[in-house]
Amino acid sequence: MEHCEACGTAEQLEKLQEVIASSKDTPGCLMHILQEAQAIYGFLPLPVQKVIAEGLNISLAEVYGVVTFYSQFSLTPKGKHRISVCLGTACYVKGSDKILAEVEKELGIKCGECTEDGLFSIDSCRCVGACGLAPVMMIGEDVHGKLTPEMVKGILDSYKKEDKA
Amino acid sequence: MTIQELDAIRKKKKPLIDVRRVVREQGEKLAAKTGYRKQVLVCGGTGCTSSHSMKVIAQLEASLKELKIDDVLIVKTGCFGLCALGPIMIVYPEGAFYAQMTPEHAKTVVEQHLVKGGSIVKELLYQGTVAKDGTIIPFAETPFYKKQMRIALRNCGVIAPEDIEEAIAAGDYAAIEKVLTSMTPDDVINEMLASGLRGRGGAGFPTGRKWSFAKASQGDVKYVCCNADEGDPGAFMDRSVLEGDPHCVLEAMTIAGYAIGAHQGYIYVRAEYPVAVERLKIAIKQAREYGLLGKDILGLGFDFDIEIRLGAGAFVCGEETALMTSIEGHRGEPRPRPPFPAVKGLFGKPTILNNVETWANVNPIIMNGAAWFAKIGTQTSTGTKVFALGGKITNVGLVEVPMGTTLREIVEEIGGGIPGGKKFKAAQTGGPSGGCIPAECIDTPIDYDSLLAIGSMMGSGGMIILDENDCMVDISKFYLEFTADESCGKCTPCRIGTKRLLQLLTKITEGKGESEDLVKIEELASHMKQSSLCALGQSAPNPILSTLRYFRQEYVDHIEKKHCDAGVCKALLTYSIDAEKCRGCTLCARNCPTHAITGKVREAHVIDKDICIKCGVCMQNCKFGAVVRS
Repeated sequence: MEHCEACGTAEQLEKLQEVIASSKDTPGCLMHILQEAQAIYGFLPLPVQKVIAEGLNISLAEVYGVVTFYSQFSLTPKGKHRISVCLGTACYVKGSDKILAEVEKELGIKCGECTEDGLFSIDSCRCVGACGLAPVMMIGEDVHGKLTPEMVKGILDSYKKEDKA
Repeated sequence: MTIQELDAIRKKKKPLIDVRRVVREQGEKLAAKTGYRKQVLVCGGTGCTSSHSMKVIAQLEASLKELKIDDVLIVKTGCFGLCALGPIMIVYPEGAFYAQMTPEHAKTVVEQHLVKGGSIVKELLYQGTVAKDGTIIPFAETPFYKKQMRIALRNCGVIAPEDIEEAIAAGDYAAIEKVLTSMTPDDVINEMLASGLRGRGGAGFPTGRKWSFAKASQGDVKYVCCNADEGDPGAFMDRSVLEGDPHCVLEAMTIAGYAIGAHQGYIYVRAEYPVAVERLKIAIKQAREYGLLGKDILGLGFDFDIEIRLGAGAFVCGEETALMTSIEGHRGEPRPRPPFPAVKGLFGKPTILNNVETWANVNPIIMNGAAWFAKIGTQTSTGTKVFALGGKITNVGLVEVPMGTTLREIVEEIGGGIPGGKKFKAAQTGGPSGGCIPAECIDTPIDYDSLLAIGSMMGSGGMIILDENDCMVDISKFYLEFTADESCGKCTPCRIGTKRLLQLLTKITEGKGESEDLVKIEELASHMKQSSLCALGQSAPNPILSTLRYFRQEYVDHIEKKHCDAGVCKALLTYSIDAEKCRGCTLCARNCPTHAITGKVREAHVIDKDICIKCGVCMQNCKFGAVVRS
């Protein structure tokens, strides 16, 4: 397993192997294993995909095909605080594109990127189902609703402060 | 668990639930029997938890403890529907409807209302329930709730979804008992056929027929699936059912399993719905513990179990064959039909797949009979439909109305109209696969066939209200961006068609449109509808076609006059300064990000149109209304 040293700790690898061992006999388990793997590593780099392919005795191409098909799986690392701006219809008609632009401006990165200090990454998503609070963005597990562009800076600052404290 | 034990749970917990179904005097009498003087129901749906309803619960608990009040029951429920006013809290037996609660408000309610001899804190109520003379209107009689008829959502906001005993007391699992003790599989299917229930996921295929096909299919192994991959952005009906009453879905799938001869079910649910997933997990665990899932259900000899499979963010997986491919652990690509899933579905076995809301209708049909259900709604669209009202509407939230209710009733009465005195322009239904209903069709009854006739579709139930400030070309472009992004790429008409349509629309919104573009769009759209592999590609042109049908002039204005009436398409806007109104305060010039505004202090300023990026900051900042957008 020399190829996994580049991307994680021995504990992470052990956890992954456990997940593979416990679910490899369930039909259709690949998605579940990938979701667990992403929870362990934060993203799905090629070496991790290789471990999964070997564990399930399927080709790496098949694993990679599934990883790249679903928007939730990521090949690149994400920030400590994952920002996800909802661009669903209800949020869009209430101006969520302006919220996204403001977040991008404030952090100096584009949607899909991660800040250099690894603190924030921005993604867009399609509907978190909190349409009553539109426009909405999620930071980690927290939902911030009824946003205006003016509110963005204060919200981001509160996360920065929390990290310093 | 045996039927007798099920009955005992019902008897024990039913008074508690009954208090929440009736109000006032009757409720007070009932409450006396329950041992709880008051019950406080706090919404624990995604909408309200996002606005921190869990902090409200924590504060309630703390304040009750502090005042040593121990005869008040706090219940964390699913969605009440009026999400715009969250967090929502209802106190029974009075039925006092508190809105936009904060922990401070919760403390006040405990101290003034929940204490012995306390009374309702009127200032904190949803003001729609307080009449001008100060009397309190039961919330069921407010415009938002009055016209609604809750069948699928019958238990949402009534029970604690994480407590199976409350679900049982509220009526869940009564239908599986009835089916297993007194009905044959054919009886069940005939009942479903007679009810006229049609799939609530969008296509509207008769549920009973689907089941009868799967029953007729030969095979020792069959599957029952639940489509909870609610991908239509702006729709959250299925999420609310799963969060508010997950057991009704488990029960209905078990009934279908009995009817077609299946013993395994799968629920495919979006991973973006963590609350729903968690509640489903709890529900399945409890149902197994109570012998309502697993081997020998209720001791009546039928086996059925259910597993959850999480999606990973692919809109196409809402399509039935793609969903099954995804459960099998592959790229969620659709495959050609026939063979239909009822013949060859999940893992190659006969399978039925119904959407969450469809499942939620099964128990009432079995319990009240097909004839009862068929009387609700219209002749060809029976029953009710849940809509997620969103966009430019006062009462954003979840509403369930009989089929055939007009759009006007939904928008003006239930929805409370458009905020800010703006004019209603259109309602978009069916999301990226649907179309719009323009203001002139506002009296159209909402049912499967009427919507198809006017070029829209029922869809899964997302209903986005648009006002005069929304540009229909931009809305079409928004949906095309979505479908182009979500097209799985397997078939050419969809993969390339969505991209080309998007390019054409982008060209028009950027002011580079030519008149033959509309012809090209219509031709391409018709090819895509005819030749795409699955419903995603076949219906992707719908948003354009339906806006072209009703708002063609907007497209023509964009192309010929390079003008966007709603003021949305940036490239077509110009900003200028009215010299008469400008006081020369320099605020606009100081805030302009590209230094496009020049002028001396106390003299009229000018915008250089070549440098201007049309961000609108000058207009927002001007205190004299001197910046004009045209």
